[in-house]
Amino acid sequence: MKGRLLPAACSCVEEGDNMAYGFMTIYWRDMVRFVRFKTLLVSSLLQPALWLAFFGIAMASNFDRLTAGMPVLPGVRVVGYLTFMGAGIIAMTTLFTSLFGGIVILFDKNWGLMREILASPMNRNHIIFGIGLSGVTKSFIQAIIIMGFGILIGTAFFAGFTPLQTVISIGGILAFVAMFALGFLFLSAGIAISMESPEGLQGIITLLTMPIFFASNALYPIDTFPEILKIVSVYNPMTLLITGIRYFAIGPDFVTLGKHYVYLPMDIAWAFGGLVIFTVIMFTFAWWRFRNAVVT
Amino acid sequence: MQQNEKNTEPPIIIVENLEHAFGDFKAVDNISFTVKKGQIFSFLGPNGAGKSTAINVLITLLSLQKGKASVAGFDLKRDPQKVRESIGIVFQDITLDRDMTVWEILEFHGRLYNMPDDERRKRIDELLELVQLETKRNERTKSLSGGMKRRLEIARGLMTRPKVLFLDEPTIGLDPQTRLRMWDYIKGVNNEGTTIFLTTHYMDEADHLSDRISIIDHGKIVISGTSWELKNTLGRDIIYLETSDNDAAVRLLKDLPAIRTIKVKSRGFSLMVNEDGTKVLPGILDVLRNASIELTTINLKKPSMDDVFVFYTGKEIRDEGAAPARGLFLRGGGR
Repeated sequence: MKGRLLPAACSCVEEGDNMAYGFMTIYWRDMVRFVRFKTLLVSSLLQPALWLAFFGIAMASNFDRLTAGMPVLPGVRVVGYLTFMGAGIIAMTTLFTSLFGGIVILFDKNWGLMREILASPMNRNHIIFGIGLSGVTKSFIQAIIIMGFGILIGTAFFAGFTPLQTVISIGGILAFVAMFALGFLFLSAGIAISMESPEGLQGIITLLTMPIFFASNALYPIDTFPEILKIVSVYNPMTLLITGIRYFAIGPDFVTLGKHYVYLPMDIAWAFGGLVIFTVIMFTFAWWRFRNAVVT
Repeated sequence: MQQNEKNTEPPIIIVENLEHAFGDFKAVDNISFTVKKGQIFSFLGPNGAGKSTAINVLITLLSLQKGKASVAGFDLKRDPQKVRESIGIVFQDITLDRDMTVWEILEFHGRLYNMPDDERRKRIDELLELVQLETKRNERTKSLSGGMKRRLEIARGLMTRPKVLFLDEPTIGLDPQTRLRMWDYIKGVNNEGTTIFLTTHYMDEADHLSDRISIIDHGKIVISGTSWELKNTLGRDIIYLETSDNDAAVRLLKDLPAIRTIKVKSRGFSLMVNEDGTKVLPGILDVLRNASIELTTINLKKPSMDDVFVFYTGKEIRDEGAAPARGLFLRGGGR
């Protein structure tokens, strides 16, 4: 035993007010774990590329054959299905990554690790923010990989854009991805802190993924949907995200599967605003769940 | 090193009429106690006695439902944030991320408590040396032995130089040698001035480590005092006898002035005596001989913490799972 455990005056813990960066601690730990599990890391980066490669190319070759004979609007760009669904794959990957992003909270809770965090002076909201930030980081990495890989296998992302337009567009896509990812990360965190078992969480996530993914414009236009499904789809955050991604990755005016898409800047602002509202609601939900969480 | 003369200072933990219920079940039922600065204070009780619930309230993981409590001078209800900043905790089960390294565990904790970078890094080096884990610095915690994990957790509890260190069953599941070493660490930490609040269901642990012990059972504090005081409440000595007719022997002996209490066991009975047992024994033997009761076994010993515990809770603490042994008490004479 060395005799230097207690200093003359203790100033080791700073006042609670200075703890504005507590979420960075949670973020740091989650990223340490993210790069530590090599299998998980590689598979999470490979998976979206594989979706694009197999599902994308298979569907594109069929759809493009079916739509080949359709009349072409003069002066409007025709975009292949692979490019169209490439935007959907970015969104899908973000959705999955974000919905599962909160699962670490459940593991921490079940393994007792959450007690250390909850008994610390750090504000509980920082757990939510930290998980949100690390989830957004993961989604960014995945989105960039999909864009790069997509261009490699023939999606016409940023076709005809100047370098500056491309940079701005990537920024726009990432802004949409970030807002959407935060919303679902907050939702996931809020559910995870309330659950007892990983199986239960998995069940809920699977239940949520299905309608969110398929009642959206990820793989097909939603205009031909039955009325009720159409309403759901229009307000689906997934649709809002994909609208944003297509606007930035493809452009404001194009034709796919015989449907003419025209995006006005106002549409894009609405879509982003919708995502902001969604994310604020989800944060409120997570905040409420965390405030009431008792972990012993 | 220990400064026992600081008796004028207010207690570092004050608990008044604390209650905590889960639904209808009162896990902690109206307990009050104080812990002086620099002491090792123990909650000794069987599993399910309410020890962990009480500790969880004091470390702010459970809300304060009823009563008053302050830790390190801060009121639990008004200033939970300040309480959190003033305490260190070692939880009952191992709470280490298996996939983080020893260094990362401490780094994370220091960051969680907002310790400045240089202070934090320096502290980690000090503590790794203290708990002799320097060579394990970059190993993941899943590769550590049980004792090393516990030591790492104690180091983590000390990261922020807490005024009070809470240890919930610190040596549960450790082998005897590791336990002894852990006790040394705990004593050492205490000698440096950290007040320690300990819960345990090991009598020897409470006996060996504590300045003061509260025996807790069914959510209530049954008795408090130093180890010496608690043992003294049972009398000076315990005489164990087995005879040819135990019932008759108990009837004859219960009124002897030197005998404080008689406790009947399955094959014999124990006499708790107020005086030196060796002086009382001849008189007892005379009584039995006069009644023609034959003596088969005799044993004389000082009361142990086990005896104290059994006396006040009516059960022996066994390790998890075993049913408590029933003891039947005869006090003063009445059944």
